[in-house]
Amino acid sequence: MRKPASAIAVHGILILYTALALFPILLVIMNSFKARKAIFGAPLALPTPSTFSLIGYDKVFGDSSIVSYYLNSITVTGGTIFFTLLFGAMAAWALTEYKFRWNTLLALFLAVGIMVPIRLGSVSIIQLIVELNLINTLTALIFVYTAQNLPLSIFILSEFMAQIPKDLREAGRCDGLSEYNIFFYIVLPLIRPAMATVAVFTMIPVWNDLWFPLLLAPTGGKQTITLGIQQFLGQYITDWNAVLSALSTAIIPVLILYVIFSRQLIRGLTSGAVK
Amino acid sequence: MSEVKIEKLCKSYGPVEVLKDIDLTVEDGSFVVLVGPSGCGKSTLLRSIAGLEPVNSGNMTIGGRQVNDLPPAQREIAMVFQSYALYPHMDVYNNMAFGLKFAKTPKAEIDARVNEAARILQLDPLLKRRPRELSGGQRQRVAIGRAIVRKPQVFLFDEPLSNLDAALRINTRVEIAKLHKMLKATIVYVTHDQVEAMTLADKIVVMNKGRVEQAGKPLDLYYKPNNLFVAGFIGSPAMNFLPAVAKKSGVLELSDGQELKVKLPSACKPGDKVTLGCRPEHMTLGGTGMLKLNGMIDLIERLGESGFAHVRLPSGQSLVIEVRGDPGFRSGDAVNTSLEAKHLHLFDTLGHRIY
Repeated sequence: MRKPASAIAVHGILILYTALALFPILLVIMNSFKARKAIFGAPLALPTPSTFSLIGYDKVFGDSSIVSYYLNSITVTGGTIFFTLLFGAMAAWALTEYKFRWNTLLALFLAVGIMVPIRLGSVSIIQLIVELNLINTLTALIFVYTAQNLPLSIFILSEFMAQIPKDLREAGRCDGLSEYNIFFYIVLPLIRPAMATVAVFTMIPVWNDLWFPLLLAPTGGKQTITLGIQQFLGQYITDWNAVLSALSTAIIPVLILYVIFSRQLIRGLTSGAVK
Repeated sequence: MSEVKIEKLCKSYGPVEVLKDIDLTVEDGSFVVLVGPSGCGKSTLLRSIAGLEPVNSGNMTIGGRQVNDLPPAQREIAMVFQSYALYPHMDVYNNMAFGLKFAKTPKAEIDARVNEAARILQLDPLLKRRPRELSGGQRQRVAIGRAIVRKPQVFLFDEPLSNLDAALRINTRVEIAKLHKMLKATIVYVTHDQVEAMTLADKIVVMNKGRVEQAGKPLDLYYKPNNLFVAGFIGSPAMNFLPAVAKKSGVLELSDGQELKVKLPSACKPGDKVTLGCRPEHMTLGGTGMLKLNGMIDLIERLGESGFAHVRLPSGQSLVIEVRGDPGFRSGDAVNTSLEAKHLHLFDTLGHRIY
C-alpha cells in the first residue's frame, strides 16, 4: 500500500498535467460555440445563452470544400495506417524470421530511417513527386507518410515478432501452411496489440501534419483538413469562428480511430497477461 | 506402409557437425525412441525427419518415398512439440482443424476427424476453449490431437512430457503407449528420460555427439550394451565402472589390488587395461557369491521397498549397490559386496564391449 501523502502528490501531478494538456483543447471547443465578439471579449468564459452561436459550424459545413478536406484527411490517414501496417509487418517478419545475406545491414539501414527526419529530404521528395506526376494527389501524401512511418513500425513490430515462439511457426509449417499463410493467420493475429500501438503512433502525426500537404498537395481540392483550415486565416482578417469550429470537428475522427485501436491494445495486453 | 529409412545422414552448422553418418530404420508401426544427453543431436535428427532442418547429405525415405527435398507438409508427418505450440488465438477445435482447412478437406470430413480425435483423447468438453484456459496435460492432449487428425504416416514427438509434472507424466506416458497400440502408428519419439525410453520403445536409439551409439530393443541395450556410453546411459542408477588390469588367465586386478576371478575372453591378454561394469541391481551387500570386493558403506539411501548403498572401495572409488528390505548394515560398516558373474560387463580401453 502506498503512503497517502505520496499518492496525493502523484495524483496531484497527474491532474495538473492533464489539465495543462486538455486546457487548449477545451478552449478551442468552448470558443467554437461563441459569437465573434464573445471570443475576443472573454476568451476564458463558457458560452452563455447570450453569447452562444453556431455561426462557425454553419460556415464550415456550408463550405462543401471543407467536407471534402475532411475526407481527404481520412483517406490519407487511413491509407497510411493500412500500408504502414501491411508493409511494416511484412518487412519486420522477413527481418526476424529469415536469415539472408544482407539481413543485418538492411535492419541497420532502416534504423537510420528512424534517426534522420524525412523533412530533410523535402526538396528531393518534391522533385520525385513532380517526376511521377503525382503533385496535388492524395497518393503522393500516402506514399511519403508510409515511407516516413515504416522504419519505426518495422522496429517495433520486429521486437514483438521475435517473441513469437519458433515452435508455433514450425507447427504451422507442419500443418501445411504456406509462408504467406503463416504470416497472415498465425503471426498477424498474435501481434495485434503491437499493430494497434503502431497505428496510434502513425495516425496522430499524419493527421496533424501541415508540411507535406503544403508541399505536395496544396491546391486542386486535395488539401487535407489542417491545410484547408488555413483558408480562414487571412493576412488581415481571421475568421476565428470557422477556424475554431473546424479544429473542434477535426478532433472527432482521430478520436474515434484512437478509441478503436486503444481498445484493441488493452484487450491484447490483458489476454496475454492472463495465462 | 510407413517405414522411415535414413541412410548416411549428415548435418552441420558451419564447422560443427551435429549429425554424423546416421543410419536408422523405423519399421512400419513401430515405436522408436531417440535418447541421449542434451546436445547429442536427437532433436536435430527428429527435426530433420520432419523437414524443419535442412540436411547436408544423406538419404531419407518415408513410406518408400524419398523426402529429402520435400517441405514438412508434404512428408505426411505430424509433429508434437515440447512446448505444444498450440495456436493461442484459436480454440481447441480450430487448433486441430487448422491444418485440414488449409488442405481443403471438406467440412464434414474435418468435423468427423476432429470429433474422433477429441473422443479418443477425451477432449470433447474442451473443444470451445482457448489453449490458455487448459491445464498442461490438456494442452498436451490437444497437441497430440492435432497430430492425429492429419492421419500422418509418421508421428514425431519432441520431448512431449518434459513440461508436465511427475504424476501427469506417468499418466500421459501410459496414454501414449495405449494410443500407439490403438492407432498402430509409426512413432519416432525424442526424450532424455530413459524410463520413458525403456517403457515406450520397441526400439531405442542411443545417441551421443551426433552419432548413433547403439540401436536395439530396450532389454538388449540393458543386458548387452555395445559400449561404455550405452552401458552408463541406460539404467538408473547408472552402472558401476571399475578400471582394472587383466592378469594371468582369469584374474582381474583392480587399482587397489583387490582381485576378481573372472572368465576372460580370449581377446583379453595379460596386461590389458579394461573397464569392469556391473549394475547396482546385480550386486549384493555381504553376499556369498564367488566375486567379492571389500569396502566401507558411506551412505544408504532408503526408498521404501528398496534402497541404494554407496560403498567406498579402498581405492577411493564409489559403488552404488541396490539393497532390498533391511540390509542390516549402517553407514561406516565394513562390508563385502558380491557381484553376479553372469551380469558382469567388460569394456576395452576404447570403450567397446569385449564381454
